[in-house]
Amino acid sequence: MSANRHALILTPLAILGCLYALYLVHRPDVAGQAGLAFWAFIVVLWLLTGFAISGLSHLKLKQPVARRAIGLAVPVLFGAFLFFLWEVIVIGAGVPSVLMPAPSAIAAKFSASLPLLRDDFFQTFVKSVLSGYAMGCLSGFLVAIIADRVPFLRRGLLPLGNFVSALPVIGIAPIMVMWFGFDWPSKAAVVVVMTFFPMLVNTVTGLAAVGKLERDLMHSYAAGYWRSLLKLRLPVALPFIFNALKINSTLALIGAIVAEFFGTPIVGMGFRISIEVARMSLDMVWAEIALAAIAGSAFYGLVALIERGATFWHPSYRT
Amino acid sequence: MTTEALILAAPPARRKVLRREGTTGPVLVVVLVILALWYVAAIFMNWQGVTDAFSRAGEQHTTGEILLGTLDQERPVLPAPHQIVAELKKTVFGIAITSRRNLLFHAWVTLSSTLLGFGLGALLGIVLAVLIVHVKTLERSLMPWIISSQTIPILAIAPIIIVVLGSIGITGLFPKAIISAYLCFFPITISMVKGLNSPDLIQRDLMRTYSASGAQIFWKLRLPASLSYLFAGLKVAVAISLVGAIVGELPTGAQAGLGARLLAGSYYGQTIQIWAALFGAAILASILVAIVSSVERIVNRRMGVRPA
Repeated sequence: MSANRHALILTPLAILGCLYALYLVHRPDVAGQAGLAFWAFIVVLWLLTGFAISGLSHLKLKQPVARRAIGLAVPVLFGAFLFFLWEVIVIGAGVPSVLMPAPSAIAAKFSASLPLLRDDFFQTFVKSVLSGYAMGCLSGFLVAIIADRVPFLRRGLLPLGNFVSALPVIGIAPIMVMWFGFDWPSKAAVVVVMTFFPMLVNTVTGLAAVGKLERDLMHSYAAGYWRSLLKLRLPVALPFIFNALKINSTLALIGAIVAEFFGTPIVGMGFRISIEVARMSLDMVWAEIALAAIAGSAFYGLVALIERGATFWHPSYRT
Repeated sequence: MTTEALILAAPPARRKVLRREGTTGPVLVVVLVILALWYVAAIFMNWQGVTDAFSRAGEQHTTGEILLGTLDQERPVLPAPHQIVAELKKTVFGIAITSRRNLLFHAWVTLSSTLLGFGLGALLGIVLAVLIVHVKTLERSLMPWIISSQTIPILAIAPIIIVVLGSIGITGLFPKAIISAYLCFFPITISMVKGLNSPDLIQRDLMRTYSASGAQIFWKLRLPASLSYLFAGLKVAVAISLVGAIVGELPTGAQAGLGARLLAGSYYGQTIQIWAALFGAAILASILVAIVSSVERIVNRRMGVRPA
């Protein structure tokens, strides 16, 4: 028990050391020309942080609250240290910003170009992703219900849906741009096609997941098709449907961004990435990627949160 | 009495569903329906273009001629399936294989970076998974990041990798392979970790009572148990590895590869070329997945897995 207690002392020490290194590296006499002593200090910090994180992750705690706090702290510290290394190496070694901008430079660019980012976000996320996501998921769901009603259709569509899921569907982007023009409808169309099949396959699988016993029980209640669909089979299929919703939240964002590489009006996240990469202003590109990461994980988190509320009865959420 | 009554009362349709069903017939019918719908859509979507072309030429034409015209345009809004097949045949067999106009040439460019990236990504993913299972610090610190990175659109990073590596003199195959590797190591790591942790406590305890070493437990229990999970991950990975290679060809401005064909086709409005490249990519993807599946079958047979 006491063997890993040293982590509780090492962790604040490592954090303080990293903060001091951050202060050092931004001093004009160190930035870009860091000496051997500085790099030795960084290596020592690296070892220190390694020991601290290893100690923290081996801590055996009794209180559940403390355990959860440690479980959260370990990955957060690890990620923060990676960002610290990125910052220190880029600034200390003077890596030119056309190759790799420092996180601080990216954050500065991010906060300096908020109006631009907001416009791009609105164009790509609100217009293309959300509308395409809603249409794709809804149509996939409806077709799945129809396919479930007609077994012949289900047997034909399910292997095809699985097959299409493995195809590079993103390639239809240039065709959609030709059909629906440069603005957001073409991106929404790509998103619709990309999200349709995962939803179809998952919903059909979910609807088939009901056990024979439960179905027989509904039958003995004299429940008709629609009643047993609403009261039994859709609730059972919910985890599968939410799984598709979560997969699609990521796919939709990828689809919209990549589709913008094929032609857009002069706004949008994918447009900004491709144009700023060509101009070698990588801090702006990284700012867009940060925005995409935030939007993507927030979207995913929201769907996961709704899932928790809607499928609270599922074994994986019961404690 | 009750169970028998239930079985008798069950409608015959229900019992038919429980039987093992073939899928070949229904799939064939659905595909045929899609093809038929495709032709109808091609006629409707190309109608305007054909009538415009005829009226520009100042000629009068019957409905039948317009109908045939919609399926035989040079740059249709939606090419008919037979046009795509003809284009595929022409660009695969009709032109010397070393020519840049041959589709196989472009498919090979994409395939080579897909395979290199897939190999790198699979190696990285498996090594990482083995480390994560055995080093608790990594499991606690790295695994949450790998899982949460699945929720962000990492494909957006592709142009940066291409341009940055290009500016320090690395071009061609390798940057695209990096993108593929980067995309495909996540699903491999996640499924492999799940697989390596899949043996039950009772099985691990049995190994302990045999006083098996850590290496023995790994080689004789964990690794064999993880293989089916690994192959599920590999199938996903090989598909997105291809997507990564295709997207990686976009920022360099259409030099070679299936992605370049897509981009060039969209620049010049060559719809048939786009569709042919798209079908080429689809065929490539299904061949790759089929290869992984057959390797899985061979491995399973070698290891004596009984079919469920």
